[in-house]
Amino acid sequence: MNRFEYVRPGTLAEAVAAAAAPGAAFLAGGTNLLDLMKGGIARPDRLVDLTHLPGLDAVERLPDGSTRIGALVRNADLAHDPDFAARYPAIAEALLSGASGQLRNAATAAGNVLQRTRCRYFYDTASACNKREPGSGCDALGGENRAHAVLGWSEHCIATHPSDFCVPLAALGAVVELEGPAGRREVPLAEFHHLPGSTPERETARGPGEMIVALRLPPEAARFAAHSRYLKVRERISYAFAVVSAAAALTLADDGRIGEARLALGGVALKPWRSTEAEAALAGQAPDRAAFERAAEIALADARPSGDNAYKIPLARRIVVRALQLAAAGTPERLPALPASPFAPAPGGVLHV
Amino acid sequence: MNHSIRLTINGEERRIDLDDPRVTLLDLLRERLDLTGTKKGCDRGQCGACTVLLDGRRVNSCLALAVSLDGSSVTTIEGLATNGELHPVQAAFIAHDGFQCGYCTPGQIMSAVGLIAEAQAGGDPERVREGMSGNLCRCGAYAGITEAVIEAGARMAEASGRQEKAA
Repeated sequence: MNRFEYVRPGTLAEAVAAAAAPGAAFLAGGTNLLDLMKGGIARPDRLVDLTHLPGLDAVERLPDGSTRIGALVRNADLAHDPDFAARYPAIAEALLSGASGQLRNAATAAGNVLQRTRCRYFYDTASACNKREPGSGCDALGGENRAHAVLGWSEHCIATHPSDFCVPLAALGAVVELEGPAGRREVPLAEFHHLPGSTPERETARGPGEMIVALRLPPEAARFAAHSRYLKVRERISYAFAVVSAAAALTLADDGRIGEARLALGGVALKPWRSTEAEAALAGQAPDRAAFERAAEIALADARPSGDNAYKIPLARRIVVRALQLAAAGTPERLPALPASPFAPAPGGVLHV
Repeated sequence: MNHSIRLTINGEERRIDLDDPRVTLLDLLRERLDLTGTKKGCDRGQCGACTVLLDGRRVNSCLALAVSLDGSSVTTIEGLATNGELHPVQAAFIAHDGFQCGYCTPGQIMSAVGLIAEAQAGGDPERVREGMSGNLCRCGAYAGITEAVIEAGARMAEASGRQEKAA
């Protein structure tokens, strides 16, 4: 780990000013940053410790029905907040399907959004990586790339964003609140993470010194509480990143048809991949297999392998279909013992697709 | 630059001067405070051997910078037994053979204490296994570990029920 200057600001303004210097990084839970620093992937000159700042760790319901998640709310606290989990069950399920009990107790909401890719070539400082070292190339192309992107990738970078939390956040239209040297602004989460294009080192919409102060769910996000699920395929049953995941949320009208649908995928791109086209195709349809398969086709229409990962495309289609089936069957009263697992017993029997 | 922090470690308040902000909580405990019960496995948050309770919650001490924890309370495996009597989780690990080589055991036990306090798993073996998935055991003592966590959780619930009745 490189040497760095440790700064502990007492106010938001101090934090933003301290972080505006080149080479500065924010420290919150540290679960991703310290790992990256130990590996020499992140080498900040200055750490701006946010963990002693007051007022950033609340989950608040606002008068208009939206919910504001403070940047420093720990993943476990958010997932186990009874009111939050009842209103946004797919978010709670996604959080509990990620990492381990220990990590969820430390990792924060904003840190989760800002976590870096788990591409092995990004982590291996002996490999070429345009994200870590712009212009050096991408050793993942033509390398071990079973885990890499099938949507939105470029020849400069085929990495994926590893967050579970961000997938239902994107589906539910979450907004990122940023505070920076020029004041406060908001960016929709679905536009917060950049696709790689020719500048994979530019990862998010966050500017120098800007910090995420909160994530906000709009009032309509709570409409889906009765029919929301997150489903995640992993290479082991627990404590693993998604190979492919999906968040599905529905409202069902009195006649049993789908009112509104929300759908986003994880593990397939460098951002949580919301498909508003698939959502539009589901509206007004009967919640049956045929409609879900059409939605899956639409969501993956532009997918193409970036290497040895063609398998992810049919896998993602199946996960979309099953997530939609599970959402249509209804949010379970209690989360399954294995949150988001395709191996959890399904209501009404096995759901082979 | 020196950083002076206050930590309560196993109930004892300590003032600690850090000459380097890079010191993790794990290295502080092991290398500077001689509390070597907390183990270093992967040092990257993947194995759980370094699990301690930070303000009552289980965390990976390898991924926490000590300087950032100013004012916190830390419980390590050395702080579990009271008056020479093993904590119920420690006793249950012995009763159920929840280990072989023992290297992961302090982390497993601290994680189990944290899991029981979280009160999400109850006596459901599937939920206990899921809740303990952040602790790897290369000897594969998982069956005994799961039994030990379930039994210790039940005993602790019983004991706190008795206390409530008495009160």
